[in-house]
Amino acid sequence: MVGAGAIGSLFAGHLGQVADVSVLVRRAAHARALDRGLRISGKSDLLTRVCPVEDPAALPPSDLVIFACKATQLEAAAASLEGHAPGAVVMTTQNGLGAEEIVRRHGNWPIVSGVTFMSGVRHDDAHVEYELDTETWMGPWVGTDTPYETVVRVADLIVSCGLKARTFEDLLPAQWAKLIFNAAVNTVAATTGLAHVLAFAETDRLDDLGHLVKAMMAEGKAVASAVGVELHEDPWEMNLEAVKRGVTAAAAGAYAHLPSMLEDVLHERETEVDFIAGALVREAERVGVSAPLNAALWRLVRGRERSWELVERLHEAMPA
Amino acid sequence: MKRIAIVGTGAIGSLFAAHLAHAGECEVWAYDLDHAHVAAINSGGLRLSGVTELAGRVHATTDASELPACDFGIVATKALHTEAAITRVAHAFVDGAVCTVQNGVGNEEVLAEHVSRVIRGTTFPAGRLLEPGHVQQDTGGETTIGPFEPQPATMEEVIELAGLLTRAGMETRALDDARGAQWRKVIFNAATNPLGALTGLAHGEACDQPSLRALMSQLVEEGRAVCDAQGITLDADPDSLIDHAREVAYHHKASMLQDAEARRATEVDCLNGGIVRYGREHGVPTPGHEAIWALVRGLEASWRRQTEGATTA
Repeated sequence: MVGAGAIGSLFAGHLGQVADVSVLVRRAAHARALDRGLRISGKSDLLTRVCPVEDPAALPPSDLVIFACKATQLEAAAASLEGHAPGAVVMTTQNGLGAEEIVRRHGNWPIVSGVTFMSGVRHDDAHVEYELDTETWMGPWVGTDTPYETVVRVADLIVSCGLKARTFEDLLPAQWAKLIFNAAVNTVAATTGLAHVLAFAETDRLDDLGHLVKAMMAEGKAVASAVGVELHEDPWEMNLEAVKRGVTAAAAGAYAHLPSMLEDVLHERETEVDFIAGALVREAERVGVSAPLNAALWRLVRGRERSWELVERLHEAMPA
Repeated sequence: MKRIAIVGTGAIGSLFAAHLAHAGECEVWAYDLDHAHVAAINSGGLRLSGVTELAGRVHATTDASELPACDFGIVATKALHTEAAITRVAHAFVDGAVCTVQNGVGNEEVLAEHVSRVIRGTTFPAGRLLEPGHVQQDTGGETTIGPFEPQPATMEEVIELAGLLTRAGMETRALDDARGAQWRKVIFNAATNPLGALTGLAHGEACDQPSLRALMSQLVEEGRAVCDAQGITLDADPDSLIDHAREVAYHHKASMLQDAEARRATEVDCLNGGIVRYGREHGVPTPGHEAIWALVRGLEASWRRQTEGATTA
C-alpha cells in the first residue's frame, strides 16, 4: 500500500486480514503508530497487523501494489517505487484522470485502473472510521495491456477481505462519470464551504446552487461524448443519490459528507483540483469542447490556494 | 429652505449628510438604526476627517416616524436593507423625490414601490465609520444622478439635487440617462468583488492570476451584452477600470471579501443577481454571473450552517 491516508488505511486494514500487507509511509511517526496495528471502526471493526515501511528498498517482494496517496503526491510516490516491486501488478485509485500515466513513467508494471467510492474519516495515524462502504471499481488500463483475468483476481482479493469491488472490461465509462461528478461537487464544495448538502440538487430558485452543478455536469457530459466515452452512470443522478444519503444521515444525527477538496481547503492543503476539474478542462480543450464553468471553478480553487501562499509569504517577510 | 433626509448613515450616507449639513443650504435629517451614531450626531454634530475635514448639524433619529416631510431623500443603506428602510420612511417623501446612491441594480425598483418620484444614482466617494458621530473620507470622486425612467423625478428636481450636492462639496452630475454610470459600476463590481470573496485574494493579487483576470473579462462581457440589450451606453470601460484599480489599489480587499471575512450578508443579489435578472428579462444569457451568484449564496449559506452547528468533521 502506497499511502495510508483514509483510503489507503481502509484498504490496508481490510486486506491485512487475508494477506501480508506492507504500508509505505512518509513519516517515521506514522510508521511507529502503525507498529501497534491499524484500527478500522465504523462499518467494520478490525485491528489489523500491517508492516509499515519508510524506505521502498525495504519492501518485501509484492504481488500487488495499490497507490492510494493523493493525486498531488503520486509523482513523488511513483518515483520512489521505481526499480522496486518488479513482479507486482499495480492498481491506481486516485481521483481524477492521469494517475496511470504518472505511474507508467516510473515502471513497466501491469496497471489496473481503479476508481473508489469508499470514504473514511481519519481519526489518527492508525485509526480510520469506515464511513461509506461503497464499491471500488476496477478495469484493465489500456496503456499496459493488462489481462482482464488479472483485474478479476485483484477484485476477488478485495472482496475476500470484506470490501466491495466490481470489475469492468472497460473502466473509462465509470472513471469519466466519477470525474464529471467530482469536478462539479468537489470544486463547488471547496469554493462555498458547503458539505455535499441538499443545496447541490436544488433548482427551484434562480440563485440555487443546483443550476451550477447541473450546468457543470452538462459540460462534462459534452466532453465525454466528444472523447467517445459513454458514461456508466449519469453524474446528476449520482449527485441526487449522494444528497439523499446526506439528508437521511442528517436526520439520523450524522452530517452530510465533506468532499475531500473541501477538507483540503479547510486545512489549507494543496487540493487535487488540477487532476479533476483541471483534467476535465484539458480534455475539453483537446477535443474542442467548451467547458467555461469547469474552467471557472478550477481557477477559483487555484485562486484560493494562491491566497494561502501569499499570506504565508507575508508572514515570512515580517520581522520576527 | 429645502429639507433633505439621508436614509442610512453608514460611511456613504454620512459623507452626504455631513457635506450638506456643513454647507448650510438645506435642513439635513438622517435616519439610521445605529443608536450610538445617532446620539453622537445629535449631541456633537456629524464630523468628517480624511481627505475632507468638516462638520455639520444634522437632525438624526432612529425612529422613522420622527422624519418630517422632505423635499429630497438620499438612500444609502446596504442593498439588503432597502425594502425595510423605505417602508418606514416613505411617509416623509409624499411630496419629495428619493435618490439612491447604493451599489447595484434593483434598488430603484424597490424604492418605486413606496415613493412616487425616484432618482437613480452612482457614487464614488468612500469612507468608513471611525466612531459614533465621526466618519473618515478615504476617497473623493463624482456622483452621477438621473431620473429613474419607469417612475422618474422631474429633470428640474434632479438638477436641483445635483446643485445642492455640488455646492456642498459632493461633486454631482445630473444626466438625462444615468444608467451608463450605474451599470459601469455594477459591472466592474460584479466582475471583481465576488472573486475576492471566493478566493480570499486582494484585487491586484487576483488580477495577477491570468486565468482569474480572464474570468473577470468574461463577466464584463456578459454585463456588456445585458447593457447592449437595454440600449445602455456605458460611460467607461469596466475592463480598463479593473486594470486601473490594480494599479492604484493592488492590496485592496474587496468589500465582498470583507463581508465574507466578517460573515456578513453580501450585496450579491443586486450585483451579479441584478445582471442575471436583467439578462433574463432581455433574453441575454449570463452563465458566468449565474454561477458566481450561486457560489456566493452558497458561501453565505455555509456560514449559517456553521452557526447552526451542522458542520465539518
